[in-house]
Parts: sequence; C-alpha cells; structure tokens
Amino acid sequence: MVCDVSGSRNPLPAADLARTVVFAAFIAVLGIFPGVYVGGSGVPIVLQNAGPLLAGAVLGARRGAASVVLLLALTAIGLPLLSGGRAGIAPFVGPSGGFLLGWILSALVVGLIVERAKRPRLPVLLAATAAGLAADYLIGVPFLGLYTGDLPAAATQSLVFLPGDAAKVVAASLIAAVLHRALPGRLAGSAKRAP
Amino acid sequence: MIEFEDVGHSYGERVVLTGVDLRLAERRVAFVGANGSGKSTLARMINGLVAPTSGRVLVDGLDPSRQGREVRRRVGFVFTNPDSQIVMPTAGEDVAFSLRRAGLPRRERAERAAALLAEYGLGGYADHPAHQLSGGQKQVLALCAVLALDPAVLVCDEPTTLLDLRNKRRFVELLGGLEQQVVLVTHDLDLLGGFDRVVVIDGGRVVADDEPEPALRHYRALVT
Amino acid sequence: MTPGGWYEPGSSPLHRAPAGGKFAALLVLAAAVFALRSPAWLGAICAAVVLAYGVARVPLRRCAGVARSLAVLAAFVFVLQWWLLGAGQALVVCLRVVAALAAANLFTITTRIDDVVSAVEGGLAPLRRFGVRPDRIGLLVGLTLRAVAALSAIAAEVREAARARGAQRSVTAFAVPFLVRTLRHADELGEALAARGEGDG
Ligand SMILES: Nc1ncnc2c1ncn2[C@@H]1O[C@H](COP(=O)(O)OP(=O)(O)OP(=O)(O)O)[C@@H](O)[C@H]1O
Ligand SMILES: [Mg+2]
Repeated sequence: MVCDVSGSRNPLPAADLARTVVFAAFIAVLGIFPGVYVGGSGVPIVLQNAGPLLAGAVLGARRGAASVVLLLALTAIGLPLLSGGRAGIAPFVGPSGGFLLGWILSALVVGLIVERAKRPRLPVLLAATAAGLAADYLIGVPFLGLYTGDLPAAATQSLVFLPGDAAKVVAASLIAAVLHRALPGRLAGSAKRAP
Repeated sequence: MIEFEDVGHSYGERVVLTGVDLRLAERRVAFVGANGSGKSTLARMINGLVAPTSGRVLVDGLDPSRQGREVRRRVGFVFTNPDSQIVMPTAGEDVAFSLRRAGLPRRERAERAAALLAEYGLGGYADHPAHQLSGGQKQVLALCAVLALDPAVLVCDEPTTLLDLRNKRRFVELLGGLEQQVVLVTHDLDLLGGFDRVVVIDGGRVVADDEPEPALRHYRALVT
Repeated sequence: MTPGGWYEPGSSPLHRAPAGGKFAALLVLAAAVFALRSPAWLGAICAAVVLAYGVARVPLRRCAGVARSLAVLAAFVFVLQWWLLGAGQALVVCLRVVAALAAANLFTITTRIDDVVSAVEGGLAPLRRFGVRPDRIGLLVGLTLRAVAALSAIAAEVREAARARGAQRSVTAFAVPFLVRTLRHADELGEALAARGEGDG
C-alpha cells in the first residue's frame, strides 16, 4: 500500500490525490444511497452531511477538507454530486448554501481534533464531530441570516435540523470509532508513522 | 535488464525480503510463490512503488527509487483489480490519460486512444463507461492504457486472478504476443507454458530459479 | 450518473454565450438579489429570469421540474418566515430564493460541463504563478466521476452483504465495511496513478 511505503521515500503524491478524490466520491455516493435506516424508524435518512465529518475523522484536517473542497467545486461546475442530484451554483445561492460551505470548516475542525488524539476513541470522536457540526452552523446560520435579514430568526429556524444532525454526529463518531479500531495506524490521529 | 542486488525489505519490524540477487534479461519471466511470500513487494520495486530497505534495484542501469520518473516511463504496471486501475470514466478517456504528457492536442489524443483500443479488440468502446465493461474487457483496457505509453518492460501482478478461465487464456495470449519484456506474478501455474524463466519465492527468499518445468516441480514439492 | 448532469442541449443565444460571461452575469444577479429589499424589483428580476428560460427554449419538462422543486422550497420558506418575520419580509425572502435559484439552474441547464471547465481553467490561468494548476481541473472531474462509479458499485455490494446478514437497518453494518473498502480503493488507485506517472511532474 502506497501510504505505508517505508524506507527513505515520502508517501507518493499520487496517494494523496487518490485519497482526496476517492473521499469526494465517497461523500457523493452517501447522497446517492439514501437507503440507510436509523434505529427503529422506518424513514431512510440521507447520510451525506455526515460525509464531511467522516472525511475529517478518517483523513485528517488537510486531506479531509481538500476532499470536501473538491466535492463542492465539482458540484458548482455542474456535476450532480449532492443528494437528490442537486448540482450547479443553485445549491450555494439557496438559503442553505452556507451549510454547504460550512462542510469545509467542519472537516477541518474534526480533522484537527482527531489528529491531536493519540488514540481516537469514541469520546474524542464524539467531541470532534460535535465541534465539526457546530463549525458548520457557524457558517450556515449567518448565511441564512443574510437571506432573511434577521439573524435570530435564522438561528431559530435552524433548530429544526438540529435533532437530525445530532443523530448524524453520533452515527459518524460510532462509524469512525469502529474504523479506527479496525485499521490501527492507518488513519488520521494514529497516523504518526515513522518518517 | 532488471537487476536486484542483495535486495532486502522490511515493513517496520517485519522482514519480508532478504538477500534477493537476480538479473532478469529474459523476455518472459514469472514470479511464483505462496501468499505473503513477497512477490508483490519484489515486483513493485521494479517501478519504484516500493523502495528496498537494503540492497539496490536497477532497471537498465537506473535506480527506480531515485530516478522514478525515468524508470516509470520504461516500466508499465498492471495490477490485479482493474476497477481501481481504470482511473477515468470512459475507456477512451482512460487510455488518453496515459497520453496526457505526450504534448498532443486533445482531439489527437482521443483519436490515438481509440486506435489503440481497436487494436486490442475494444474498438467501438472508446465512449463506453468503464464500469459497464466486463471483467475481462476491463483488464484488457488496463493493459491497453499501460501499453499506450510504449514501455519496454511490463510488470503484471496477478492480472488474471479475477478473471474466468476463458478471459485468463485470452489475457495471457495477449501478453504472449507483446514485444515487451514481461514480468508476471501469478498463482496460475498452467499459464506459464511459454515462459523462459520462473523464479520461486518463499519466505522472502529466492528458493528456485530455472526454466518453468524444473522450477515449478520445486515449487510443487515445496507445498506438498 | 452521466457527466452530462443537468445540461440540456440547445442552440439558443444563452447556450452560445461564453460560459465565463454567463457566470459573471449570474454573480451580479445574485449580488443584486441580496442587496435589493423591494418586492417590486425582486419580482421584476424573477420575471426576467422566467423570460430567460423562454429565450433559452428550455423544454417544458425541465421547466416543470425546476418549478416544482422551487415551489416546494418557496412554500416552506414562506410559511416559516411568515411565522417568524411577517408576511412582507417573507415575500422578500421568497422572491430572493426563487430569483437566485432559478437563475443558477438556468446557468447549469444551458452550459456544458466541458465549457465550464474550460472557462474555469481560463479564469484561473493568472494563478499559475502561485502554483495553482488550472489544467488539472479536467483531470479531477474525470477521476472523481470514475471514483463515484467505482464506489457506487462497492456500496451496492456492501448493502447486499448487509441485507444477506439481515442487518440492513444498521448504519454501522453498511458504513463501516463501505468505508474500509473505500480506503482500500483509494490505496489501489494511488498505486495505479503512481505507476502511470502521476506525481512524476
Ligand atoms: N503495506 C504493507 N505494510 C505492512 N506489511 C505489508 C505491506 N504489504 C505487504 N506486507 C506484508 O509483506 C509480506 C509480503 O507481502 P506481498 O504482498 O509481497 O506478498 P505476495 O507474495 O504478493 O502475496 P500474495 O500471493 O498474497 O499476493 C506479507 O507478509 C504482507 O503481510
Ligand atoms: Mg501479491
């Protein structure tokens, strides 16, 4: 595996490119596959906005954010990569455009916290993803405020999404915790390999 | 000419290759050996995907871990899983990706890619989505994309493992017809009929190195 | 998923206009929509955008699709804003949503992705000095679309496997194996790209 090439060489730049591209695609595919059911509820939920949290938790800050930037840039030029096949500039100039741009900060924040943990366990991952969600709201709510011309009202109406998003924070950190256990030494945080 | 000089490799603490000395000049060379014996690690050194932790590898006198770019122009690599080595959405674009450094205009690259595809039996598939090709066609496309760069050496790491018997045969026939030097890593021993040399690896060492028949006899004796 | 996405082929003046110019116009329009507070002006902009759909001869089927999704969103936004801010402000917000989204969708419907890529490459060319590689955008588009296709196949397999174990309702039974295979795919793709000279400069 390229990323584990030991010896005198740096990891190949192609490996970096591949991870960024594949995670952008991963977030897109989370939006195409809506059929994930949470708990006992019969309603399938779209996991896509857990994608940036997972990208940060798995790839770390730099590459996680890079994959989100790539996803959003390709969406903007017209590839239907967002859930529901949304594409183009429209999703960004719509009322929830700020929440999309906030994904970048989200991945960055999650990555920064997870990278600092020696062994990312569930409590760390819960804190990291919750902070990541907060970062998303930090950009999304004022953007919505710009639309409505009233920040408090924007904040109030964003509360509608909070329960669903909180569920995704829990889901993302559970998933990341299992993953970090399954692939020790391969992911962000535990990635302090010998140079 | 591919040379291994006292090559060793370890992943962290784990030693996976020791004391490999080989000079490969034959046109058709195969590496065989048990799972985990170190074949892939050895094969990857030929184009610098893995650097030896001791000793040295030379391809036509060039060191892949220092002169990676020059070596990779000379050495093409075909992997096991075509799904991860086809990097572009359509067959034509994937072959054209190989030509991106050739300094050709986009149109000409597309034409050349289509011609190459036709040559290997994928004519008419240039605009076909790669994920809709059959497994055998995908592996031929992967080969085609590598040959687009006109390498002198072709390293194939278990290229037929995911193929059915008919496609295995077809793929090996394609390989047989190439003018390139071929280094094939494989578990399909019955495909090695036309080979010049078979190197048997076990536990990170070369334990036999001979013409196919005696080498494979040695290998079979090893596992029974 | 086709790279064509939302594009609707045509030969109207809007189709033939350069992508860069259309994009600049879209930005100006978006800025105006945010700056304006008068329902009359915003209404006029909405009307102009609707007219532009006519000029571009967007097929009715596509118009209906855009109208339907905008109507749902606008209704939702209106009710919420009415409750929070009153009817007048709700109308303004709604008109903003409709004008900005309809115009942005029109851009995507009338502009081929290839042309957007070329325009972006051209627009970013001055940044070459700072190490930005605009010529890589086309490459990134191709790589990402291919990766979406590859991961879709993997996701489908993983879901089948989860179903076979009767675990189709568990998020982790789907997402964990999917992520593990996603990472493996990334490793293999990285090797394949390196072997094909990517990163060799
Ligand atoms: N990236 C890696 N990090 C750590 N260990 C590795 C890595 N890649 C391979 N190994 C180990 O090195 C040894 C040799 O692996 P290699 O892939 O070269 O074997 P192989 O002969 O190709 O086996 P197979 O027939 O299964 O493909 C194995 O024990 C394997 O576990
Ligand atoms: Mg192997």
